[in-house]
Amino acid sequence: MMAETSKKRTLRELLLTSDAAISVMVVLLGFICGTVLIVCVGRNPVGMYKAILQVLTGFNIDRHRFYIRYVGEWLATSMPFILCGLSMAFAARSGLFNIGGEGQYVVGMTVAQIFALLGPQVSVLHWILALVLAMVGGACWGGIVGWLKARFEVSEVVATIMLNYIALYGSRILIMGLPGTNTYKTPDFPETAILKSQFLAKLTQGSMLNYGIIFVILSVIAYWFIMEKTRLGFGLRATGFNKDAARASGIPVVRSIVLSMAIAGAFAGLGGGIVALGSFRYGRVLAGNDGYGFAGIAVALVGNNTAVGTLLAGLLFGMLSSAQPLMESNRIPKEITFIIQGLVVVFIAIRVGFRIFIRYSMKKKAQREAVSNG
Amino acid sequence: MDSIAIEMLGITKTFPGVVANDHVDLSVRENEVHALLGENGAGKSTLMSILFGSYDPDEGTIKIRGKEVKIKDPNAATALGIGMVHQHFKLVNNYTVTENIVLGIESRDRFGMLDLKTAEKRVAEISERYGLSVNPRDKIEDISVGMQQRVEILKTLYRNADILILDEPSAVLTPQEIDELMDIIRRLKQEGKTIILITHKLKEIKAVAERCTVLRRGKYIGTVNVSDVSEEEMAEMMVGRSIKFEIDKEPAKPGDVILKIENLNVRTARGVHGVRNLSIDVRSGEIVGIAGVDGNGQTELIYAITGLARAESGTITVNGKDVTRMNVKERIVAGIGHVPEDRHRHGLVLDFTVGENFALKSYDRAPFSSSFGVLDSGAIASHATDLISEYDIRAGEGASMKARNMSGGNQQKVIIAREIDLSPDLLVVAQPTRGLDVGAIEYIRKRIVAERDKGRAVLLVSFELDEIMNLCDRIAIISKGEIVGTFNEGEVDEQQIGFMMAGSKKETVLKERS
Repeated sequence: MMAETSKKRTLRELLLTSDAAISVMVVLLGFICGTVLIVCVGRNPVGMYKAILQVLTGFNIDRHRFYIRYVGEWLATSMPFILCGLSMAFAARSGLFNIGGEGQYVVGMTVAQIFALLGPQVSVLHWILALVLAMVGGACWGGIVGWLKARFEVSEVVATIMLNYIALYGSRILIMGLPGTNTYKTPDFPETAILKSQFLAKLTQGSMLNYGIIFVILSVIAYWFIMEKTRLGFGLRATGFNKDAARASGIPVVRSIVLSMAIAGAFAGLGGGIVALGSFRYGRVLAGNDGYGFAGIAVALVGNNTAVGTLLAGLLFGMLSSAQPLMESNRIPKEITFIIQGLVVVFIAIRVGFRIFIRYSMKKKAQREAVSNG
Repeated sequence: MDSIAIEMLGITKTFPGVVANDHVDLSVRENEVHALLGENGAGKSTLMSILFGSYDPDEGTIKIRGKEVKIKDPNAATALGIGMVHQHFKLVNNYTVTENIVLGIESRDRFGMLDLKTAEKRVAEISERYGLSVNPRDKIEDISVGMQQRVEILKTLYRNADILILDEPSAVLTPQEIDELMDIIRRLKQEGKTIILITHKLKEIKAVAERCTVLRRGKYIGTVNVSDVSEEEMAEMMVGRSIKFEIDKEPAKPGDVILKIENLNVRTARGVHGVRNLSIDVRSGEIVGIAGVDGNGQTELIYAITGLARAESGTITVNGKDVTRMNVKERIVAGIGHVPEDRHRHGLVLDFTVGENFALKSYDRAPFSSSFGVLDSGAIASHATDLISEYDIRAGEGASMKARNMSGGNQQKVIIAREIDLSPDLLVVAQPTRGLDVGAIEYIRKRIVAERDKGRAVLLVSFELDEIMNLCDRIAIISKGEIVGTFNEGEVDEQQIGFMMAGSKKETVLKERS
């Protein structure tokens, strides 16, 4: 009994002090609510978990067989979620709210598509250059916002939202201007521009998994390294926590803001490039937003703006998204995944309130104990 | 006369991890001024919050005029005739005095409309009776901090309080305003009120209180008759050891001019003149104090020296180098150290560790950072460990403790340690001891004098005249952005400085003296 209460208390303290613990709890809570909802609509929630298991491990319980392709698809789907999450998180760590992930993603995608069609067709180099240019494009798109904020004190929230529209419609105009483009697609990309990896595809029984994953892994490492281990990251974090103290300590706040937005944009731009050249064989004339940029906000929230957290949260969102078709075949409405995503974000957002509640209940408990002991 | 107004017996209150009050007793007689003395964190505010109904005690009983009561919320306290004036005022800025006072107990006329006229009349009556001279129609944003405090006092009187709790009332006031507050307290007593004065300023206790209860680390230490004990004895009760108020310091041996300011003009953030035509020199090996009431250009002066604000005209030179147009970083390199007035805003990144805060100004150079821009966390941590032991900083978790989780005194020590460690030629120190406990104050003042003796130039801005008188070798008085007089240590007394702070010129004050 004693042991149990002390354990309970440590769990509470863990929830008070650790953001990661809160995130895990919030995700579990989201799934519990999702499960209850499935029961409410009269379906068997086991179907959802079967689908999730198959996405995570490739194992199909009903047929007792491994379909490793699903794991490949899961990782491929997660890539833009992770990158857009890193974009949001990087800006957030520097005290900026980057709603422009979507626009930066679109710019990256557009640049990659144009370079894929018009660039020199040298194998490997072609797609690497296309992805690098996608990053540069995203970085410029983000950097503009940083510059506007640092120079003219334009709110980054407003600027990024507006630039999202400019990116979307600018992309349509540019892509439609390419020779041979109709209202929704360009001609097919040359083979040299496509991210497809024979090796990875073979490994995962012909999934969409491609060389982009290397860039994603490098991005997560780069994020962690820049943020935690470099001079630049130190200045950015100081600016993010306390801009005034950073300024008073001689940290170049203006440069920090511009750089931070540019790096954030580079992550999202890379995401756009990878989707353009990895998931499609032709350039798209965007009819609307893919939504990864906005999902990135949620990913960063759940991942607490850390490198590993964002990676895990991106994998979670990718998992939910690639579980949808399997859930449908298990007669679970795929909208449940959106509900779970939404709930997770809402729960994360009320984290502060949740903490207040825990503190309050701990206080009450301490009072009760003091009274009963006395 | 000697009947007991308030009796709190064996009050215990624990918060997770701390015992804020440990069987504390307090007995306040009817119609006395009773001081509650203790350092920050001694449990004064907790005890008063219990009396005012903001907290439930875990143990103990409260008796008001001999009757045991349970005070479950501030409304219950108000009903019992207890009023509290908080340290941070709870006023609505764009409301008038009267509107603020009636807030929550607005009287209505027979049509159900707000009846401010009657209220206004009553406010004026009370104000007159207690000598508060508050105009019921003034807006809060237009009146001085001292006036706002009177409005808070009025608020409790309007609610028929006869027991008033004043929480650190002098913390925000000028010397003259403090004197006026002391008069008001005496007047309140004359009119039959009982007053509990929470403070850590011994002078004020000596001035108005009859008895004084001392708390230390949550425990009841004792209650004394103020007239029977000296300030030193009370301080010893409060801190638990004997304390020196006067800093021993050798006469200054000033050397070359380090800081030279000529005809400096700075505008405030709102575009008003903050500093006007200000000129001052600070030489190595001396402490120059800027005395003045808060808001007379001190902040702008410091911002202009440290690079946080732009000088409109005039020049600032440090060690013969013109720094007027330099950015903050260049000025740090040029040898300006800065202990900022607002330590949470400008001094520390609270969510950074102690180690990171130590490196805040030097993280970009060796040994903390390689030429490729990679941080050496080992060097940051060992540097922090050195400073923590050298400056006796209490950080339970060592270098990796978050600054947010440290006490105010230790936070300030972190800043002082960082700035001194950078060994600047000029140390600009603003309000270095505000809100700190006696032990930390003593330590920080000694450190500042030690820096002077090492040959540094120190510019000290403080709103506490005691501090200026105590530490400085030269004193410059600032009023409305201008230096109204500069004196060597011992040339003027506190009262004369007080007059100059209020705007009188040096000549007139000195004439009155002779």
